[in-house]
Amino acid sequence: MSTVRFLKARDIAPWLEELSRDRTVLAPAQHGGTIVFCEFDPARGVELSQLSTTPAKRALLPPCETLFEYETTKTLEPPYKTHVELRPTLPQGKAVVFGARPCDARAMQIFDRVYNGEQVKDPYYTARRNNATIVTLACSEQDDTCFCDRVGGSPVDATGSDVLLTPLKAGYVAEALTPKGEELLQSTSFMKAEGLRQEALNARNRILEHVPERSSFLDMERNLLSLFGDLGFWDKTAEACLSCGACTYLCPTCYCFNITDETRGESGRRIRTWDNCMSSQFTLEGSGHNPRPTKAHRMRNRIGHKFSYYPQLHDKTLACVGCGRCVSNCPVSFDIRNAVACAIQQADAAREHAHD
Amino acid sequence: MSQHTLELRKLIAEALPGLDVVLAWTSGFSPMTSTPLFIATDEDLDRLDFGPMHVQNLAAYLPSLKGRKVGIVTRGCDSRTIIELLQENLINRDEITIFGISCTGAINIRKVREAVGGEKLRSVETGKDIVSVTTDEGTHTVPLHNVLMDKCYSCQSQTPLIHDHMVTERTGCHLTGEAPESSLDRLDAMEPAARFAFWEESMDRCIRCYACRNACPLCVCKDSCVAQSRDPHWLDQSDTPREKLMFQAIHALHTAGRCTECGECERACPMGIPVLAMKQALNRRIKHLFDYQAGMDEESTPPLFMFRQQEEHIKERDAR
Repeated sequence: MSTVRFLKARDIAPWLEELSRDRTVLAPAQHGGTIVFCEFDPARGVELSQLSTTPAKRALLPPCETLFEYETTKTLEPPYKTHVELRPTLPQGKAVVFGARPCDARAMQIFDRVYNGEQVKDPYYTARRNNATIVTLACSEQDDTCFCDRVGGSPVDATGSDVLLTPLKAGYVAEALTPKGEELLQSTSFMKAEGLRQEALNARNRILEHVPERSSFLDMERNLLSLFGDLGFWDKTAEACLSCGACTYLCPTCYCFNITDETRGESGRRIRTWDNCMSSQFTLEGSGHNPRPTKAHRMRNRIGHKFSYYPQLHDKTLACVGCGRCVSNCPVSFDIRNAVACAIQQADAAREHAHD
Repeated sequence: MSQHTLELRKLIAEALPGLDVVLAWTSGFSPMTSTPLFIATDEDLDRLDFGPMHVQNLAAYLPSLKGRKVGIVTRGCDSRTIIELLQENLINRDEITIFGISCTGAINIRKVREAVGGEKLRSVETGKDIVSVTTDEGTHTVPLHNVLMDKCYSCQSQTPLIHDHMVTERTGCHLTGEAPESSLDRLDAMEPAARFAFWEESMDRCIRCYACRNACPLCVCKDSCVAQSRDPHWLDQSDTPREKLMFQAIHALHTAGRCTECGECERACPMGIPVLAMKQALNRRIKHLFDYQAGMDEESTPPLFMFRQQEEHIKERDAR
């Protein structure tokens, strides 16, 4: 049976300091009025009261990472040849993500299917993934923008986590879910608490009782696909969109990237940075042609990818974990829940019309 | 619903048959949020709402709708953006119909959150001078004056400077007493080293989503922004505070003397970075050097759009 321990709230910081000695620790912290997932700094502390604005994804997919460094030299013999020397820069060292929410942890399994699948293994991603331990904090309640329950998750879901923390008075019951999680719970910061297993389960069940009964977005992939050609619908859906990247960069499941060579003189580095399908440049081709020329095309892609294309490729798992960050941080309050519900309704109406 | 909103709906309903679309606001996913409403039908019009929680500067959509007959609900500050866009020939006056409303001030939800110590907001009700905020911990009463958008404290006119229709219902002046300390005030008070450290820390959390740029009604380079351009290669794609601050400096310089300080850049920023302060600082210089404020007069030319052999307030010869 898995290990169960208790972590007092006041022991969190000392424990994270202990972990910081030989690992990178990422945790949510206050950063100028915003809660940001960043490297743990004892002076900043941790902020667990609310969902962080930025997700935990940077632990596996940093906003900017060096793929390799290069240096070019002109050779004397034979003339006019350029010699390029490449230096690989694989990520190294262990990492702990502390205070991820169930949605954040679930999102990491969505990356796994793409970056650590049977066909493709991204060496940078897999190195980070294998070295990372995810300590997830179950949510005590859902915010008004949360909808994890509608996309296959829940506020206490343990999918993708190595340790699950359940809040109880003055602290957290910590349950190891994997060998990596077991290893972390060996720390002396934890108290023995085998007897709290049932109490934690009861607490989680009480949280689940407050999850409202509402329609699910699962199994809608075919339905949504039927709306692909209805550009008028997407035009209307996207009309207020500013085409910025707040939704995709704050999304715990968006994993698209750009690759750029940044050269200074004879040397440089190839970097991989987050990219954003809401930007017109995302699909701009070298010829000048753009297959997604308007924001309607781009919105169709963002919603289609999360609720239709990805689930069709990956066992009906949605590429949305319902954290609601895209909703609460959108400058024009675009609500993806509303958009998906409207799309489903529109597709149903079109199908009924076809049967008439 | 307020008398204000009812009258506005009536005005729009009368003009709607002659227009392709009317830009207005409706509530977002909660009454604490607002979202732009594109009215094309009477059913759309039924969703229109207006109050202190309706914050977006709708004029930002006008350049992208050029060529269509567009109506727009406009407060005093928004009208300055429209004037600036007209001055720059980015929109045509005969294509737009302006529905003027007198503003009661726009609420900055971040300031509300700060005012209640970061407690989780449940609801926000606005009264004449106060805001009643219900959080997880209880109900707080906050003076409206403390939680307005920065632009409200330098408001030039509550009613639009130009309009075609005007809602006659007037609301009281929302500004009483001194403006609370702004980000620019705080930055002004810092030594250069502290100011640099402030920006370095703020830019560290910037996610480069460019919401600031895309929400800016005067960022009109569209898809040819230097932020992503490889040639010229003014910015590199590494996510260092230096590169991110460089973009903000370029944005501020490109809008100097054009920016009406509508504050959309800062409002749109999901990371709470006070990027409006840079534009305010540059506009202060423009005011000092050229005695000019953007978006006040449709007939004037922005100072950086023209060349005079001798500027009245720049004494080149004296300096020599």
